[in-house]
Amino acid sequence: MKTQVGKSMFRHGYSDDDRDRAMTVLTNVFFHLHPVKVRKSGARFGFTWCAGGLSFFVFLTLVVSGILLMFYYRPTVEYAYNDIIAMREHVPFGIMRELHRWGAHAMIITVWLHMFRVFMTGSYKPPREFNWVIGVILLVLTMLLSFTGYLLPWDQLAMWAITVGSNMARATPFLGHEGPGAALLKLGDIQLIHSGSDVRFALLGGHFVGEAALLRFYILHCVAIPVAVVILMAVHFWRIRKDGGISAPL
Amino acid sequence: MTDQAPDSKLPESKQPAVARPAAPAAAKPAVVASPARREFVVSWLKFAWIAFAASTATALGTCLRFMYPNVLFEPKSSFKAGKPEDYEIGMVDVRWKEKYNVWVVRTVDGIYALLGVCTHLGCTPSWLENEQKFKCPCHGSGFYKSGINFEGPAPRPLERVAIRLGDDGQIVIDKSRKFQQEKGEWNNPDSFLTL
Repeated sequence: MKTQVGKSMFRHGYSDDDRDRAMTVLTNVFFHLHPVKVRKSGARFGFTWCAGGLSFFVFLTLVVSGILLMFYYRPTVEYAYNDIIAMREHVPFGIMRELHRWGAHAMIITVWLHMFRVFMTGSYKPPREFNWVIGVILLVLTMLLSFTGYLLPWDQLAMWAITVGSNMARATPFLGHEGPGAALLKLGDIQLIHSGSDVRFALLGGHFVGEAALLRFYILHCVAIPVAVVILMAVHFWRIRKDGGISAPL
Repeated sequence: MTDQAPDSKLPESKQPAVARPAAPAAAKPAVVASPARREFVVSWLKFAWIAFAASTATALGTCLRFMYPNVLFEPKSSFKAGKPEDYEIGMVDVRWKEKYNVWVVRTVDGIYALLGVCTHLGCTPSWLENEQKFKCPCHGSGFYKSGINFEGPAPRPLERVAIRLGDDGQIVIDKSRKFQQEKGEWNNPDSFLTL
């Protein structure tokens, strides 16, 4: 701790006096994710159910197990299904795949419980309205993560779930080629929105769930949506602190 | 962004440019920006904002366009399906089902091609020969041999696709053109090959 390297990491010594001991914790992001002062009620399990914290914890396990799965999974029509099956047999701790799957289900449950708790305790009220909106977006992104991950095992269940799910995108107003108002968008007699230019096509990269859809869902599941989720989580947690910590019972 | 009330300690020249009523003569500012300079700054600011907005819009448009490739490696939508006499009258033929997801049905009058996409949510029904109906495994929709829906959640009949006789006497089926019974499109001659 006395060396320059040690000082560069921990900007305060650890043994000189009480102030330095306190500052060691206070100036370290990992030691100091939690605020200095927490309301008694905010730490009460009966008030928070720990649902937000659990959601974050499950998310972290999903990130770790997901990154591990990426070392063995190849997102192509040829390999995808077999790689998932092989994970069970060819890899030590192939249970990682099960952990990721169950974790995904758990995260949907904990995020939903968190929203339910926040609603029931009135914690969405001013000054926390903005954070409620961020939270709703995070809920949608959590479900999108679940939806995009669903296709990756490339079995019958996945194929048809995504076929049915993406067929709903056809009916998007103006953006889906079978949706209301889509027929109105045209230049002269050229249709702007057709099955090759609508929102469903952008999602699938084709006219049906195939090779391109698998790759797109893989990118969305592993990179695009997680990046958005991490950024919004940062805002979400920061806002909790800025809005005066965890709300108190009404 | 710090809160800057108009009465903050900043000199007049550093104040954010907001329209304010002229200060009373007593509190005379040290520096007065000349009108010409102000106009110049405002016009360049406008130009900069327009340039920024245009480049941002271009970048977003580029990203959006990127998601729509010019080449698709999908099976062709139209295919040759042999000669009419290859098909038995009164039978639902499943030979193209696997590859093109189309049933070819020959009746006394002629031939039509039904698309194997359930009109409920897009699953693939199967033809049950013993029960003489198309049955969807996902939610149990049922369709008669004609394609008309009669049970389950499917809201409308199966779609027929364009069928015609090619120059070489072979049937040509074009999946890119669909015909819906509820819109009266099954009366379209292209949806039915009269023999």
